[in-house]
Amino acid sequence: MLTALLIFTFFALVLGALLGYAGQAFRVEGDPLADKIDALLPQTQCGQCGYPGCRPYAEAIAEGRADINRCPPGGEATIKALADLLGVEPKPLDAEVGEEKPKRVAWIDEQVCIGCTLCIQACPVDAILGAPKLMHTVIVDECTGCELCVAPCPVDCIHMVPLKVELDQWRWPNPEQRREIAEGPGSVHAPSKPLEQHA
Amino acid sequence: MSERILHRFPGGLHPAQHKTESNGTPIRHARLEGTLVLPLKQHIGNPAQPVVAVGERVLRNQLLGRADGFVSAPVHAPTSGTIVAIEERPVAHPSGLSAPCIVLEPDGLDEAMQAFDPWPDYRAIAPILLRERVREAGVVGLGGAVFPSAVKLAGSPGTPIHTVVLNGAECEPYITCDDRLMRERAGEVLRGGQILMHVVGASTCLVGVEDNKPEAIAALRAAAGELDDPRIEIVAIPTVYPSGAEKQLIHVLTGERISRETRATERGFLGHNVATAAAVYRAVVLGEPLTRRIVTLTGSGMQHKGNWDVPLGMLACDLIAQAGGYTPDVARLILGGPMMGFALGSDEVPVTKAANCLLALAAPDAPVDPLPLPCIRCGRCAEACPVELQPQQLLWDAKAGDFERAEKQDSLFECIECGICAAVCPSHIPLVQYFRYAKTEIWQREREKDKAAQAKERFEARNARLEREKREREEMLAKKRAQLAAQKAEGEGAGSGSDEKQKAIQAALERAKARKAGQQAPAEDTPSASTVAEAKEHDKD
Repeated sequence: MLTALLIFTFFALVLGALLGYAGQAFRVEGDPLADKIDALLPQTQCGQCGYPGCRPYAEAIAEGRADINRCPPGGEATIKALADLLGVEPKPLDAEVGEEKPKRVAWIDEQVCIGCTLCIQACPVDAILGAPKLMHTVIVDECTGCELCVAPCPVDCIHMVPLKVELDQWRWPNPEQRREIAEGPGSVHAPSKPLEQHA
Repeated sequence: MSERILHRFPGGLHPAQHKTESNGTPIRHARLEGTLVLPLKQHIGNPAQPVVAVGERVLRNQLLGRADGFVSAPVHAPTSGTIVAIEERPVAHPSGLSAPCIVLEPDGLDEAMQAFDPWPDYRAIAPILLRERVREAGVVGLGGAVFPSAVKLAGSPGTPIHTVVLNGAECEPYITCDDRLMRERAGEVLRGGQILMHVVGASTCLVGVEDNKPEAIAALRAAAGELDDPRIEIVAIPTVYPSGAEKQLIHVLTGERISRETRATERGFLGHNVATAAAVYRAVVLGEPLTRRIVTLTGSGMQHKGNWDVPLGMLACDLIAQAGGYTPDVARLILGGPMMGFALGSDEVPVTKAANCLLALAAPDAPVDPLPLPCIRCGRCAEACPVELQPQQLLWDAKAGDFERAEKQDSLFECIECGICAAVCPSHIPLVQYFRYAKTEIWQREREKDKAAQAKERFEARNARLEREKREREEMLAKKRAQLAAQKAEGEGAGSGSDEKQKAIQAALERAKARKAGQQAPAEDTPSASTVAEAKEHDKD
């Protein structure tokens, strides 16, 4: 009886020491959950969620301070991914933060721009190019569509325009949503307008 | 010649052929008509970069757009004329979107220039130069995939090519452009095969032709007899769709099964369409760039069916009008075959290097499909799938939006989009549409992920920069403050000693005196430099 007790005590101490050591030696810096959440967010840095950027929002979710449905640019897909990650039920986007819109990018009407640099200071990803009293322009490839530059512009020369779909980025429509496209095997959709008659 | 043992790939289909409708008449030369619209991207890879300006006169065979990067192809002028625009024009694409095109107004003179030196004795030319020629001539896979041929010719490092496979299977119903080409220009095809063998150092050339084209096989055999090249073997293969897919054809001919991750060249096979081989022949021996291709006009909605040798860039509507137009009950125009082609929203799109067939269907042949019924998991699609996928499983994944599972577990990207699954489905589910949708959706998500990573990086870089600037400003201020303090200490001299209190009292007295003097005689004289410095110091305090 005593031997057994001693053996178990011994093992408990050894394993406890090991665990304690491992906890110190392999400590993970930062918050791994916040990192994972941050990776799912669209990185628009728009602040529509009420936090100054995607990372602070991710940290707030990780700490349980914020809900997962406060990211309008990410929309339903992001909410679903967050719900999967956190093991909670997905819920609709919080109406108070805005609504999910198709992606748009900022466009500066260069005829109107006075070169005040206010938009440059507002852009969270340095996607606006320009200098004081010189015309500014948006680097389309870098623009996240956060709209933060629109409000500061004193002459209202910044417009949000829909992103042009390039041919090689075009996506096939979901057959679920477009039942009428179901034509013969392999073929796609009926002509959107009747063919011209050349006969 | 010993009989070659042929193999069978899994699945497959025997669709109604509809080949005799268009393969009975010789290839006709399309007359130039209307403006030519030449898309800068008629191939897989980067679009060509225009090298001509609007208003410039160009000759036939002249370079219009140069290849941009390794995986790219140039574009040449199919006739002489004037460049009237370089702009976005509608192109043949399932989206109906526009793409950058060079618009050429022919002058009717059809003046030609010699684009390259003809090399009739190509055997004396180094393979690397021949490959460069194929690239400069803009030759791409003419079976419909339009992959730049020179890239394929570069092969895979470390694996020598032992067999050139010329693909004359033409397994899709309706299409007969390769059939007519093999019948009429068999010599060009086989000489192209010889050039390809020379370039890659292969010892065998297999020409696979489905046995529903006996005339083409006979013509090729006759041409092979003339060439008297024992390395070339013409093989009649059973007519099973999709035997014209590259890996399926290699499987049928040699029994080698090549997985998706592996390219055929990595296993020592170089597959090219017969029309591509003919284009290689013309590029090398005649020095001609690729400016024309053979297009099948067929289907119940076409007045006259047949094959046409068409200058690239000619609008489909002009070509069809020249061929006799549509029947009154035409309902749909498809680019490509009924299995893998796609419906065109408009016929005002140019013929490109990819356009092998324009299939017009009359209303009775193009019914609107009944609404899909639920999947009953009968498994017919899985039995017929030539790459042994489980389409019914992939359908669930795509419907549920579980793209990760579709990609990782159910091998979505093995799918060659042959359309058999949709053709055999008793519930009329457009399976292949779901897979195309899922593929483009996955690519889109990858792009978005990359974009998010890029935005994050820029955001963090910006924050770091702002932080640094703030720190630098503070450091500068601190430095200035220290400098001023040092100056002041120096100015007060060593006389007053080191007593801090004494110093402070002295400074306060002086400040009071200065203020008094300023109040009494504001306009008397300008304050001395030291007073100003002190006043400043005072402000700061």
